[in-house]
Amino acid sequence: MTAVSPHIDTGQNVLTVSNLSLEFSNSAGVVRALDDVSFAVRKGEILSLVGESGCGKSVTAMSIMGLLPRHGARIVSGSVRLGEQELLGASERTMRRVRGDRIGMIFQDPMTSLNPVHTIGMQIAEVVRQHRGLSGAAARARALEMLELVRIPDARNRLGAYPHELSGGMRQRVMIAMALACDPELLIADEPTTALDVTVQAQVLDLIADLRQNLGMSVIFITHDLGVVSSTADRMMVMYAGRIVEEAPVEKLFARPSHGYTAGLLQSLPGTQTRHRDVLAEIPGSVPRLDKVVEGCAYAPRCSFATGACLDPLPPPRRIEPEHSARCIHSETVFETIRNTDIVRAWA
Amino acid sequence: MPDNSIADLRPRQGFQPSRLIGWVGREPMTASCVAVLLFFVLVAIFAPLIAGDPIALNPAERLTSSSESAIWGRDHLGRDVFARAVYGTRTSMLVGFSVAGLTTLFGVAIGIYAGMSRIGGAVIMRLNDAMMAIPAILLAIALASLMNAGVVTVIIAITLPEIPRMVRLVRSVVLGVREQPYVAAATSIGTSGLAMVWRHILPNTLGPVLVQATYACASAIIASAVLSFLGVGTSPEVPSWGGMMADARSYFRIHPELMAYPGALLSMLVLVVNILGDRLSDALDPRKTRRGSL
Amino acid sequence: MLRYIVGRLLAAVPIFALVGIFIFSLVHLMPGDPAVLLAGDNANPKQVEKIRERLHLDQPVIVQFGIWAGNALQLDLGDSVYSNQPVTKLIAQRIEPTMMLAVVTLVITVLIAVPLGVIAAWRANGLADRLIMAFAVLGFSLPVFVIGYLLVYVFAVRLKWFPVQGYKPLEDGVLATLHSLTLPSVALALVFAALIARVTRASMLEALNENYTRTARAKGLGTFRILVVHALKSAGVPVITVIGIGFATLVGGVVVTESVFNIPGIGRLTVDAITRRDYPVVQGVILFFSALLILINLLVDLSYALFDPRVKG
Repeated sequence: MTAVSPHIDTGQNVLTVSNLSLEFSNSAGVVRALDDVSFAVRKGEILSLVGESGCGKSVTAMSIMGLLPRHGARIVSGSVRLGEQELLGASERTMRRVRGDRIGMIFQDPMTSLNPVHTIGMQIAEVVRQHRGLSGAAARARALEMLELVRIPDARNRLGAYPHELSGGMRQRVMIAMALACDPELLIADEPTTALDVTVQAQVLDLIADLRQNLGMSVIFITHDLGVVSSTADRMMVMYAGRIVEEAPVEKLFARPSHGYTAGLLQSLPGTQTRHRDVLAEIPGSVPRLDKVVEGCAYAPRCSFATGACLDPLPPPRRIEPEHSARCIHSETVFETIRNTDIVRAWA
Repeated sequence: MPDNSIADLRPRQGFQPSRLIGWVGREPMTASCVAVLLFFVLVAIFAPLIAGDPIALNPAERLTSSSESAIWGRDHLGRDVFARAVYGTRTSMLVGFSVAGLTTLFGVAIGIYAGMSRIGGAVIMRLNDAMMAIPAILLAIALASLMNAGVVTVIIAITLPEIPRMVRLVRSVVLGVREQPYVAAATSIGTSGLAMVWRHILPNTLGPVLVQATYACASAIIASAVLSFLGVGTSPEVPSWGGMMADARSYFRIHPELMAYPGALLSMLVLVVNILGDRLSDALDPRKTRRGSL
Repeated sequence: MLRYIVGRLLAAVPIFALVGIFIFSLVHLMPGDPAVLLAGDNANPKQVEKIRERLHLDQPVIVQFGIWAGNALQLDLGDSVYSNQPVTKLIAQRIEPTMMLAVVTLVITVLIAVPLGVIAAWRANGLADRLIMAFAVLGFSLPVFVIGYLLVYVFAVRLKWFPVQGYKPLEDGVLATLHSLTLPSVALALVFAALIARVTRASMLEALNENYTRTARAKGLGTFRILVVHALKSAGVPVITVIGIGFATLVGGVVVTESVFNIPGIGRLTVDAITRRDYPVVQGVILFFSALLILINLLVDLSYALFDPRVKG
């Protein structure tokens, strides 16, 4: 396995997120949903965002799209740049020109993400009509082209189909066709395969990987499933409680997990055999409530490596090796403990 | 109590009086509506202490404006408009509350039966659909005109077309509750039908029924005014707002105030009851805080 | 699709039959002699006898119903005891103003209520929403005759823009008809619009919270397109349903409105028949309106297929 896939241009960042912090407030109080999140998406790469539900993956995606709820969400600080363009605080008009045109997005539940009362042809065509100003016939032609691109059989006849006439996998293909209809620079895929059968899952993942290669776009791939990450992504970021806790190219992270949480995630993968009985195969406890700002490591209460020092204010990310960093003061201990498990040995 | 464990499994979603009281305190709009409604209730109860004789004719002073003896003036027969309006409150309140009460009583009983019995339920729902196919106010007009004029007639005539709506509502709630695991659990340990209705079904219907009863009360007040207005309601001597408006029709251009007084009171009472129904429905519906995403 | 239509039609038949039984029972199960009731207050014994004979009131009730229903199916609803004219003919003579009033009201209602409901849902919990919902509560709290007289006082008596009452038939020109119907249909529409605006808002809110609305936004579509093309079309079924159900309220409103504005329609016929205790006419009119209501709800059911492609089976 090469360190960097050939289609990635390391010198060019499509999207740069820096120091993004975000709060949700309601009558119950204020919740810090993102805390100082920084990362960049390179041209042509698939970057995976991994974590349990509620860790801030989807919120990150929605803040890039400018689709946070109008009430209650507040950007505390940070910047989101698409190429040279700042997206945070951009007008709704500007964001509307970005969405669907320069950034495409697909969602977890293809069953409900398509409008049941319109044909799929219309739903794909309206994106290009909106952004490219194409006429009805040209937009329809583009819709057909897209359906063929995402390998929907008998595409010409499917243009007039309604979503309920298609299977889940087919609907997700339609969503992909819709998201890519305007040749976006970036595709955000928010748990695109979670609701699908395992076999269909693999097909959709292959499709996304192939399209990335053919169209040269970048992908942010959000998932909670490390199995999916290992087969699809180039680089991954592990998020916990609104923070990025570990970041590395996929093979480096699997070969040398350096954060207690990453270790826990790896061990909870099905089929993982632990050699050490004292390491639990399941992460005890649950994602903490984010209603108070945690100074130290938010994972410490659930972490089997935690010491008193973990509650001290969090140090900046530690460099483990080139392109690999983790926010864990016990990164060596973590790796030493877990290095003999099958999954880590397989990647080492 | 052998049934304790089951009771503990029951989600606390029924009607809770303490929550209701707290909510009235927190909402000024609701509180003022309650205050206005109470005002109307007091006026209705103490009508004889507030106003003079609403029936006495005084032909010498017919169609006179405000005077010391009649602050809202006198109508075409020289009757005290203020006194008639005050006593009209009685009629409206009596009809409104009676219809709401009777509709609830019959609607809940029939609705629960329709929800518990498969065959009986199917038959009742068919009858229900047919009843609802007849425009309610027309049915009420026909019933009222067929029977002898009087408050009781009016109440029956308005209640009958109102019941099917309540039946439909209660039945749908009952069918929903019967699907709940805790009810299935109660059935499995042999809770009898009647105990089940009392302990599990009835408490769950309370909230929606209360809301529907409030709306029934408001629409009954309007309906009774319509009946009186069209001349098939309570007998003309009994003061009613609808009757007052019917009387005022011929003098509308010269004396619009004869129409305005009962019209305004009627609208105010119905508005207050409707707002209370809305607030009640919001308070009992946990989804009310949902926002649109745009 | 055909199966759906036939199914709906068949489902309407027993309801219509039951409605017939109800309306028949109205007069026949009342305490007292139906012949006396039907003959009216001023009838002499001879007239009562005539009615007894004509309606076969000496026969068992079930036979009477058979005869009555058979006649009704042949559009013979009996004769008015007041004018001796066939009830069907009376209804036919009066149908134009009532239909015009209902249609104009429906048009005004939809034009007011649907946009208001959409705006309220779009600005949920905002100022516009609160104002619109306040208007809606007010709308269905004000009895139609109160609104009617208020409009008459302001726009007819004071401003003199519209006639105080009366109806200009279509043969006098459509504009004259519309002019004469403006105040009554606005009065009626306010009540009806309140109901429909509330339902539009509720089902729009539902649609705006759906995942497909999120998709539409992620596609960069404009607000108007999301609201109207995506959300409103999905919200169409409940809105159409409530328009159908609301028609019952509308019919009641028509009766009152025609009385307030002195419009010579079926509503007016009903009220006159009731004051004259002309029961065959009352029976006939109720049967007519009920049949209309069933028909409209049938059309509503069929129109579901227009809004929701999933309705077919």
